[in-house]
Amino acid sequence: MSPNAHVTDLTVNPYKADFPLLANNPELAFLDSAATAQRPAVVLDAQRRFYETMNANPLRGLYKLSVEATEAIQQARQHIARFIGAPNAKDIVLCRNTSEALNLVAFSFAPMVLRPGDEVCITIMEHHSNLVPWQQVCKRTGAKLVYMYPDKNSVITEEEMRAKIGPKTKIVAAAQVSNVLGVENDVKTMAKIAHEFDAYMVVDGAQSVPHITVDIADIDCDFFAFSGHKIFGPMGIGILWGRHELLDAMPPFLTGGEMIESVTQQGATWAPVPEKFEAGTQDAAGAYALNAAITYVESLGWGAIEAREAELAKYCIEQLSALPFIRLIGPADPAAHHGAISFNVCTVHPHDVASILDMNDVAIRAGHHCAQPLLAWMGIESCCRASVAFYNDKQDIDKLVEGLKKVWSMFNGE
Amino acid sequence: MGNSIYSAALMDHNAHPDNKYDLQDATYSHDGINPSCGDEMTLKLKVNDGVIEKAAFTGHGCAVSQASADIMADLIEGETVEEARRLSGLFLGMIQGKELSDQDREDLDEAAELESISRMPARVKCAELAWRTLDGILDENGE
Repeated sequence: MSPNAHVTDLTVNPYKADFPLLANNPELAFLDSAATAQRPAVVLDAQRRFYETMNANPLRGLYKLSVEATEAIQQARQHIARFIGAPNAKDIVLCRNTSEALNLVAFSFAPMVLRPGDEVCITIMEHHSNLVPWQQVCKRTGAKLVYMYPDKNSVITEEEMRAKIGPKTKIVAAAQVSNVLGVENDVKTMAKIAHEFDAYMVVDGAQSVPHITVDIADIDCDFFAFSGHKIFGPMGIGILWGRHELLDAMPPFLTGGEMIESVTQQGATWAPVPEKFEAGTQDAAGAYALNAAITYVESLGWGAIEAREAELAKYCIEQLSALPFIRLIGPADPAAHHGAISFNVCTVHPHDVASILDMNDVAIRAGHHCAQPLLAWMGIESCCRASVAFYNDKQDIDKLVEGLKKVWSMFNGE
Repeated sequence: MGNSIYSAALMDHNAHPDNKYDLQDATYSHDGINPSCGDEMTLKLKVNDGVIEKAAFTGHGCAVSQASADIMADLIEGETVEEARRLSGLFLGMIQGKELSDQDREDLDEAAELESISRMPARVKCAELAWRTLDGILDENGE
């Protein structure tokens, strides 16, 4: 018996009990964790504990409570740094979410390195949050936005990287895991090639952090962003990690309280990194609860999470492939999927699919998934996406399949 | 599926949209888009002396948007532009959750059957697409 046999048995689910929303809705097949995950009780408890026992404005207070609130943030920073393999907790910048983190890089860092004629290289499978900020900064600086495209197996090959990353490239930005195709991009090789040309590597970790072990030291990227709410933490807390010397050289993104060193009538100097990028009161409770979320995930163990999610992807793709009216989008190999499994029901619009599934207590996402250029490139307007997390089980997938059969018979039945 | 928005009428209009074709001798044409899902529609009208003689649409979308467009075209054909505007106002009001009088319901005919969509916020835009496009076409052409 393999060491993970107890977690790969999809008929057994010890996880749902940890998640109040799932435990209270046993009929619900929640297959939209790529949009936002559910939160375990330990995270909700942590959020409450912060406000009940250590609530004060962090950083500025000179009394014990404020010191505790400040401690909560610093401990969270340290844990987050360990979690993603960052060498220094001081380079962990608190943001609201991945979008804000990537905007920070696009607004504060990109103008330092982009000149007219330079290139920013991204992949066609980017979420709008790692695409629109680059479009905008290219417009402002006169740089050109260049795309890398996957092959028929949804892989961005090294050959493709080398065809697109070159002497004009100043920034390469890519999702580590695609929110539509579910594939993992080889961001390590991208970073290596980017660095060969003295370009900088930005990694969007929103969809990778919940599913795979992330080690930014191994990737050797220059910036890494992710969201708390996709990794079972609260909504409204996100993380940007950047190389210290880059963060240090960058101008602030937002200005105001707490990010200054001193202010005169006509000028101001900035606090050191990371506070320089954290204007205003931070979501200390969110950071504290995100710390608890990471502790929870680590307590389950990455081996168990990856093994169970691999089994879920395998079972889901097997079941969907057996339905003749389903067209899978993305790689056929279940092992290539990390969370997201996209598909269409022949002749039925994804919104109708999602509405009918919803009537059967199955929650999926349908639409363009904030990746319109990818869908246009694939020649579709929209698609359905089921996304799994370790707390899903066989029953969830079976309900999806039953619901899809209903969709088909409603639209094509007698 | 008693609570379903997918009534027999909606499914029928979606499967057999009589008014889904490219109207050749149209006087007006207008594109509508549903930004939340990227669905697109082109509505064409043949208006003669203030009366909508023909209404037809092309494009792609979900069953709700397609059926709503087909039902709308049925409803406004033969009506004056002012009456079409009034009906569109009634329909959009209904989808936004406004109560219909018995007379309104009668005037909207089959379109009144889409009322349950007003309780599905995620699908409201789908039902509205054709009607908003109709308002657009009439505004654009000073009708």
